[in-house]
Amino acid sequence: MDEALITRGTSRMPWKKFLLWILPWTVVLGFGLYGTYLCLAEGLNQTNMNNRFAFGLWIYLDLTVIALGAGAFFTGFLLYILRRHELQAVINSAVVLGLICYSGAVAVLMVDVGQPLRAWFTFWHPNVHSMLTEVTFCLTCYLTVLLIEYLPIVLKNRKLREIPRFLVFEFELHKLMPVLAGLGTFLSFFHQGSLGGLYGVLRGRPFAFREELGIWPSTFFLFILSAAAAGPSFVLVTTWLVQKLSRKQLVRPEVFRFLGKVSGILLIVYVLLKTIDTIFWINSTSPSVGFPAFSYYTSASFGTWILFGEIAVLGLVPALLLLSKRMRSKSYVLFSAALLTCCGVMLNRYVMTIQTLALPTLPFDQFMGYSPSWQEVATFLAVIAYGVILYSLSFRYLTLFPQERELNKPSWR
Amino acid sequence: MEPLEGKKSRYGMAIDLDRCTGCGSCMVACAVENNVAPAEERADTNTGTTWLRVYPLEGGRKNGAQDVAFVPMFCQHCEHETPCITVCPQNAVDIDPLTGIVGQIPQRCLGCRYCMTACPYHARSFNWWDPRWPEGMEQTLNPDVAPRMRGVVEKCNFCHARLHAARAKAAIAGSREIAPEDYVPACVESCPAQAIIFGDLADPASEVARRARSPEAFRFLASLGTEPKIYYTSTRTWVREKAEHPVESGQRVGAPAESPVGA
Repeated sequence: MDEALITRGTSRMPWKKFLLWILPWTVVLGFGLYGTYLCLAEGLNQTNMNNRFAFGLWIYLDLTVIALGAGAFFTGFLLYILRRHELQAVINSAVVLGLICYSGAVAVLMVDVGQPLRAWFTFWHPNVHSMLTEVTFCLTCYLTVLLIEYLPIVLKNRKLREIPRFLVFEFELHKLMPVLAGLGTFLSFFHQGSLGGLYGVLRGRPFAFREELGIWPSTFFLFILSAAAAGPSFVLVTTWLVQKLSRKQLVRPEVFRFLGKVSGILLIVYVLLKTIDTIFWINSTSPSVGFPAFSYYTSASFGTWILFGEIAVLGLVPALLLLSKRMRSKSYVLFSAALLTCCGVMLNRYVMTIQTLALPTLPFDQFMGYSPSWQEVATFLAVIAYGVILYSLSFRYLTLFPQERELNKPSWR
Repeated sequence: MEPLEGKKSRYGMAIDLDRCTGCGSCMVACAVENNVAPAEERADTNTGTTWLRVYPLEGGRKNGAQDVAFVPMFCQHCEHETPCITVCPQNAVDIDPLTGIVGQIPQRCLGCRYCMTACPYHARSFNWWDPRWPEGMEQTLNPDVAPRMRGVVEKCNFCHARLHAARAKAAIAGSREIAPEDYVPACVESCPAQAIIFGDLADPASEVARRARSPEAFRFLASLGTEPKIYYTSTRTWVREKAEHPVESGQRVGAPAESPVGA
């Protein structure tokens, strides 16, 4: 029924089967939107956040998807600025992933704040000292960049490109891609860093507080590095997954290996700097304000295993695997290492958002527990479902993988 | 806007923990003065709104039995690199240069709660519900204090309405300086043990400045370097040590699970 919209030379599942795929995600989206509605209509008492645990699942989600969505800016940087043309094979998919991650994050933020209609106040009364002001400005600008980058992908749809005006517009817009990629890199550098800075500047939370390098805390740079490392891995993992689900080869293996290599290089640098930062924090920064670092790890939920897990198991191990050419050549090792990289960044974001708030600061404080309410989980699931639906529609009707047609040519008898 | 002319005060408090009985009168007086709405049925210790909370602090022994101190904890009106001011994305928190009072602007607050994450004293409350008063109880509202809406953060502002009233009274009397006895926050006024002293820390002759300089004076989390303006005094060494060293060797921070007074 919709064959006319599908890219020439590629095949997609019958539309009825596609509807069967989309339908459960639509149900999840609907359930999630109901949870969101309750939070907006009834107030944030629908969540399990409280005055001690003011940030919860949603802020963790925001930091995580923005880190994983860094693949969009980093792939664009590698392709358009550093001229690594092999990434032409995945740039469109990376842009869609980035758009999903960033638009999902902004949508969740609008539910998370107590007065969403006042969101424009940050632009009208900006606090130049606040990391959150910087995040707001950069996220908004970068989301706009992503929408502009998504536009030519949409305009190249088989039917839409028949409209000459759209074709010309897309052609002209494509000339701007290096500019947009550069702008995206600049914006992403700052907002990825500022998300780390959100916690690094918290003088009142010695667990998160870090020394300054220039005017930024060390977490500013560590977040940029970890996001740049996770981004290519996330693109790799999702592309691999889409290949498995669609039962098609979408990119050449060397593209995967290149993404893995880039991720490995950045990850090993990140692990090294994170280790140095952690040692300095344990021996100097934290004890200097009366909080020995051991005190943060006396709870079973957040023992030293979490620190070891983040840096060694989910940092050093995948880095070493991704740096080895022999290991990269094995697809299951490559995929596993990329997945571990993503998990490592997710764990880092979890530690910064959740452990920071769980830990006591005053002598009569208690260690706080937190588990999200169903409304929070529903909103979280709504973002996942939205991402799957948007990606599925983009994969079906747009050319996300330029190499697909060539790699899936029918064999002739 | 031209800066206001006038004497630069630094309002603060000195709280005698040896006098505080943990009765909670200060908490009630604060809530009444500042139009804090009654808690919703589903509210608990951590979701109810209170600008001031009295905590039990255990750790010493007295006459063979466990000793406990009661600590009224609220906004410490940090003077240096005030954590909540630097983080607020839309300048909804400011420090008055003339008084040193850290104020909150509820009408500008987005409700992002970053300030709550930044505050180590857990001094800030978020309005998780719409404020509601039972029918008839709206007559107890203080007309000088605006109630806050759902979705914004609030905290102690040293009874700012009383500061305005004291300034108005001084202006009527033709004076630029307010009389100390005209500006007394509700918690200070209500304390039956007179444990809370309020005044201008910048005035060396004031009682609060004198107590802040005494050897028994200390501040919670002073090591963080935010220069809080709430001083606590106690002759009990273990209380001072607990405040100045929240983590003892081999121990973790924090008390065993126990509800604070007034929960």
